[in-house]
Amino acid sequence: MTYPMLLLALVPLVTAALCVVVTARVAGALTIASSAISLALAIALVGPASRGPIHLGILRADALSVVFLLATGFLYFTTALYSVGYLKGEAGSPHFHTYARRFHVGINLFAWSMLCAPLMDGLALLWVAIEVTTVISALLVAIEDTDGATEAAWKYVLIASSGLGIALLATIFMYYAGAQRLGSSYDLSFEPLLAAARTLPVAPVRLAFVLAVLGYGTKVGLVPVHTWLPDAHAEAPTPVSAMLSGSLLAVSFYAVIRYYEIAVGALGGQFPQGVLLVFGVASLLLASLYLLGQQDVKRLLAYSSVEHMGILTIGVSFGAPVAAAGVLLHVLAHAAGKGGAFMGAGVMVRAYRTKDLTRIRDGLRVLPWSAPLFLLLIFGLSGFPPSGIFRSEFQIVAGGLANGHHTGAVLLIVLVTVAFIGLAVSTTRMICAPGADDIPAGEPSRWLIAPVLLCLAALILLGVHPPAALSDLLTRAAAQMSGGAA
Amino acid sequence: MPTSPGLYAATANTIAVGVLLVEFLMLRASLFRAQVRLYAVQSLIVCVLAVVVAATHDLPELYVLAGLSLLLKVIVVPVVVLRLLRDADVEIAGSGVIGVASEVLLAIVVAGFGFFAIGHLHLSSSVLPTAALSVSVAVVLVSFVLMIARSDVVSQAIGFFSLENGVSLASLVVASGLPLILEVAFLFDLLVAVVVFGVLMRVHHGRTDTLSTAGLTKLKG
Repeated sequence: MTYPMLLLALVPLVTAALCVVVTARVAGALTIASSAISLALAIALVGPASRGPIHLGILRADALSVVFLLATGFLYFTTALYSVGYLKGEAGSPHFHTYARRFHVGINLFAWSMLCAPLMDGLALLWVAIEVTTVISALLVAIEDTDGATEAAWKYVLIASSGLGIALLATIFMYYAGAQRLGSSYDLSFEPLLAAARTLPVAPVRLAFVLAVLGYGTKVGLVPVHTWLPDAHAEAPTPVSAMLSGSLLAVSFYAVIRYYEIAVGALGGQFPQGVLLVFGVASLLLASLYLLGQQDVKRLLAYSSVEHMGILTIGVSFGAPVAAAGVLLHVLAHAAGKGGAFMGAGVMVRAYRTKDLTRIRDGLRVLPWSAPLFLLLIFGLSGFPPSGIFRSEFQIVAGGLANGHHTGAVLLIVLVTVAFIGLAVSTTRMICAPGADDIPAGEPSRWLIAPVLLCLAALILLGVHPPAALSDLLTRAAAQMSGGAA
Repeated sequence: MPTSPGLYAATANTIAVGVLLVEFLMLRASLFRAQVRLYAVQSLIVCVLAVVVAATHDLPELYVLAGLSLLLKVIVVPVVVLRLLRDADVEIAGSGVIGVASEVLLAIVVAGFGFFAIGHLHLSSSVLPTAALSVSVAVVLVSFVLMIARSDVVSQAIGFFSLENGVSLASLVVASGLPLILEVAFLFDLLVAVVVFGVLMRVHHGRTDTLSTAGLTKLKG
């Protein structure tokens, strides 16, 4: 069962290469095919990975990495569909062919780098893969060639690269810690490091963990190193925003979890959980306050991503297996929900020609499909049943209470409610408040509705009845995170 | 009782301090060209240290690493940035948000903090004196001062590249045995990052006709 891993690391790359030479239409079709294959391959890995790690050279997949592969694969597929409709709207512009070529090459490379990161065996290669995701996505943020996009891309590449510089320092200190036990020629691969975790020297592991949370946390969007995030999410083309939010942040979070696993082995739970709790609460607090007064619909969703990353971080800090399973379910549900919400918002931004929340009104008349779908996704993201987010947040809170983290659990509930108020008030007004008679009604394209529907369906499926194979995978991965089986 | 360091430790420490001093020189360099040249000099010093470690500790793969870094960080990166500067036709970096004197004072405080904080951890290395590690963390922190205090894309990019030099210095101290293939992967990544930085600097210059970042204030809230 090793070929799906190899194919996952090859198919999007080959597709990106092909997109250089073919026309925009063919490139769109190729991207859809490549993304469908990638999603299928990620699903094919669910069963084998639930039974134990799979190796192939420098590639390695276990239950934890497959969760993140699923999130990326799903978003890759839905954004590939969405991109067809998205590019139709750009078709009139003078440099369309150059734009479309860059877009297709970029989005396939971006997906490729994010699919490779969870497949890397070892902290060093993981760092390399995540750095690649940064540089590719920075170019994609700049692709619109507006003042805003240029500013956002520069901030993003500078802040995220500096963060990854710190993460590289973390990698080096972790190598140092490991070399004390494993000899200098080991390559930071996970299994030897985890097996030796209990005997690693404390000081360097501690240093490496804090640096890793800060460094990779920059890309996760943890406060106070989140500052690039709202800009990049708001200025990137909508399909890129969806992938940034649902997948890129999650993949960086995957790196944090890997360091967490080793740190728990070496230091016990208290120190790493304390660090994560501080970052998580700060992110959740600041993001929910920013959500209250937000004027820009894409920035609203971006801050909601910071909020959800805060929830994930707090969830890990609870240290309970049920909370860990909730965190991983949350990664998947957030990918589906936020990806869909960005796509829905993208349709509205295009119809109204503004990102200003206060000028988008009467969505129900103007966009009879996209607007209600968007609203449903926002409520799903806020944790309304039967959305997957409800289930995952429920598990996280339950785990926190069971493990005696009462303050953390209460803070989580309160702040999530504040965030809900911010999100619900402004988006409900967008959809239901009257106004905007000058905007012609009608959906621009079915290609822009179908992927959003898919996202909503996935979000509800995760809440109502997650497939048994997926539940097994999450349980296994959660056990891994809590220091169980490797 | 502190013992006096041997010749090797003294040499290594001196070279490491050289990296930090060049970082400080970058803070006060006001010509873009000078800053890029200082970066090349700093990279060269790191390469020299790598060669010294390789020669004294019988770590042949460090020669390869030093050679590759020399090619990339002393030649390719500076040439790329200098070409960009020639096209942009701008000579002098705009003044930063704070004056040079306060910049340097701030950097001294930050560097001192990094130096003593790492020294406090007592990480010992078999190949280099621990002081070199403390110096490397100081370099990383001062490079942050450079990136924060300067408001032009070139200084910020050079700040990031020199941050990477600081990390390379740290990796010589505590991770000199890191398998070569990983080091090469890191360098390759740096190369990709340089290309992207270059592209974005060009895009920025193309749109705003300046290298200054003072106008990048549209996105907030």
